[in-house]
Amino acid sequence: MSSTFDFPYEIDTIRADFPILHQDHHAGVPLVFLDNAASSQKPTAVIEAMNTYYRTIHANVHRGIHKLSEAATAAYEDARKKVQKFIHAKSRREIIFTRGTTEGINLVAQTWGRANLQPGDVVISTVMEHHSNIVPWQILAAEKGFTLKYLPVLPDGTLDLEQYTRWLRDENVKLVTVMHASNVLGTVNPVAKMAQMAHDAGALILVDGAQSVPHLPVDVQSLDCDFLVFSGHKMAAPTGIGVLYGKRDLLEAMPPWLGGGDMISRVTLEGSTWNELPYKFEAGTPAIAEVIGLGAAVDYLSALSMEKIHAHEQAITRYALERLAEVPNVTVYGQSSERGAVAAFTVKNIHAHDVAQLLDAEGVAVRAGHHCAMPLHDFLAIPATARASFYLYNTPQEVDIFIAALYKAQKTFAL
Amino acid sequence: MDMYREIILDHAQNMRNKGLLHPNDFDHEEHNPLCGDKLHLTLQIDEHGIIRAVGWDGQGCAISQASASMLGEKLIGMPLADAKQLDKQLILDMIGIPLTINRVKCALLSLKTLVVGSVGLETWELIEDNEDE
Ligand SMILES: Cc1ncc(COP(=O)(O)O)c(C=O)c1O
Repeated sequence: MSSTFDFPYEIDTIRADFPILHQDHHAGVPLVFLDNAASSQKPTAVIEAMNTYYRTIHANVHRGIHKLSEAATAAYEDARKKVQKFIHAKSRREIIFTRGTTEGINLVAQTWGRANLQPGDVVISTVMEHHSNIVPWQILAAEKGFTLKYLPVLPDGTLDLEQYTRWLRDENVKLVTVMHASNVLGTVNPVAKMAQMAHDAGALILVDGAQSVPHLPVDVQSLDCDFLVFSGHKMAAPTGIGVLYGKRDLLEAMPPWLGGGDMISRVTLEGSTWNELPYKFEAGTPAIAEVIGLGAAVDYLSALSMEKIHAHEQAITRYALERLAEVPNVTVYGQSSERGAVAAFTVKNIHAHDVAQLLDAEGVAVRAGHHCAMPLHDFLAIPATARASFYLYNTPQEVDIFIAALYKAQKTFAL
Repeated sequence: MDMYREIILDHAQNMRNKGLLHPNDFDHEEHNPLCGDKLHLTLQIDEHGIIRAVGWDGQGCAISQASASMLGEKLIGMPLADAKQLDKQLILDMIGIPLTINRVKCALLSLKTLVVGSVGLETWELIEDNEDE
């Protein structure tokens, strides 16, 4: 069945780039890694870029005169420009390195949010958000007294855009904060349209790109988003590194968040002035190796082309959804026509944790739980789902192994 | 080492136009946050907009001080309108040696002080970014 599958690139060559994929999960049972939405695997090029940095040029950045510091600084800033090109930002100064999506959202909340939100203002989030795009706003709302509203999700897993239109018209909306692609439903939200609507109503928009930037071409200028946040570890880069993109005039006007070294222009005991962008938001010694790893990951993805990666993932996901549909007692969540490479599902009478455990015995790594989206699971009225999520290296053969393991799990539970 | 070629050492040791002008028509100070170098630049400008005198003070490495000294010499007799549009390449050519990324900041501190003080930080950032493309 999977033999008719069309690959946009030489899949065996690609898979050879990822050392972790070529080990047995258990003795004699190969690994089928389908937990990519939680974190993707890393190609040798990324691992080696960091190794080479540590072996040959490690030193602190932005301060040394010696050759090592110069080389480290150049590599660090070079990675920033790679990221700038990757998301089509106008200026390298709009690229701020963070620890990840979570930190990026907290940064915007604690600087832009703290300076601009007050009682009477409304921030629109959505029911489908990851906790990282709910909790930072709840914390700030408790302190500043603005109103936080959550856009409902329709039965097909898309956002209620009619409600969105009404709220933008009737409420004093200052910020819309929304995920580009859902880590549970797969839904790809129409963020370009939502951005335009927000701007027409005088509001800003923050886009959580954690599940979009790794998987499809993202252009901040055509989306016209005010902020975009994403994590390196979901896009073939290391953990501990992420990006906050912000429009330059907004970033210029925002107060800093963390204070310390590198982010100052001048310090006296009476007070300090802030460094220029992006350094104003990069206090302290940054994650230099991880930034270099992120730059290598961007090179890797760009060389493959995001269009091809997207095409491949669409094909794999379509195939997985077809095959899941034929397995009895399985319910898949989210029917959006625009969807990313995730399939969250439940199996009748088997808890998601047991499904994940039984799949693991067959070498198949999936995630089970609420996927940091408890409000969404409350809304769906299910305690937990199992989730298979795909990346550029997954194959239809792996989907077949996954489906066979699902049948076997049901046999074990004698359904 | 050729980073300290003769002309740089000459300017660093015999700085031209050092000392602030009072009164003046331009007065601005900038810092290099990476290393703490400081540059304070003052200018006297005549009624035709021509820079007649340059006076500066600062603290910093030989590269940043020599570049201030060299830039100061160039500015005398130049219309301010032209000075505002000086390219960073002029400074880098005067320094005349390949500079690494952190040292470029030292070399450009004098021009940064002139541009930020006369036009604004945004313009300076455009000029600076242009270079490292
Ligand atoms: C949609 C979405 N937003 C935010 C996050 C949080 O990312 P991180 O844990 O890397 O900060 C994730 C991943 O867990 C996610 O899937």
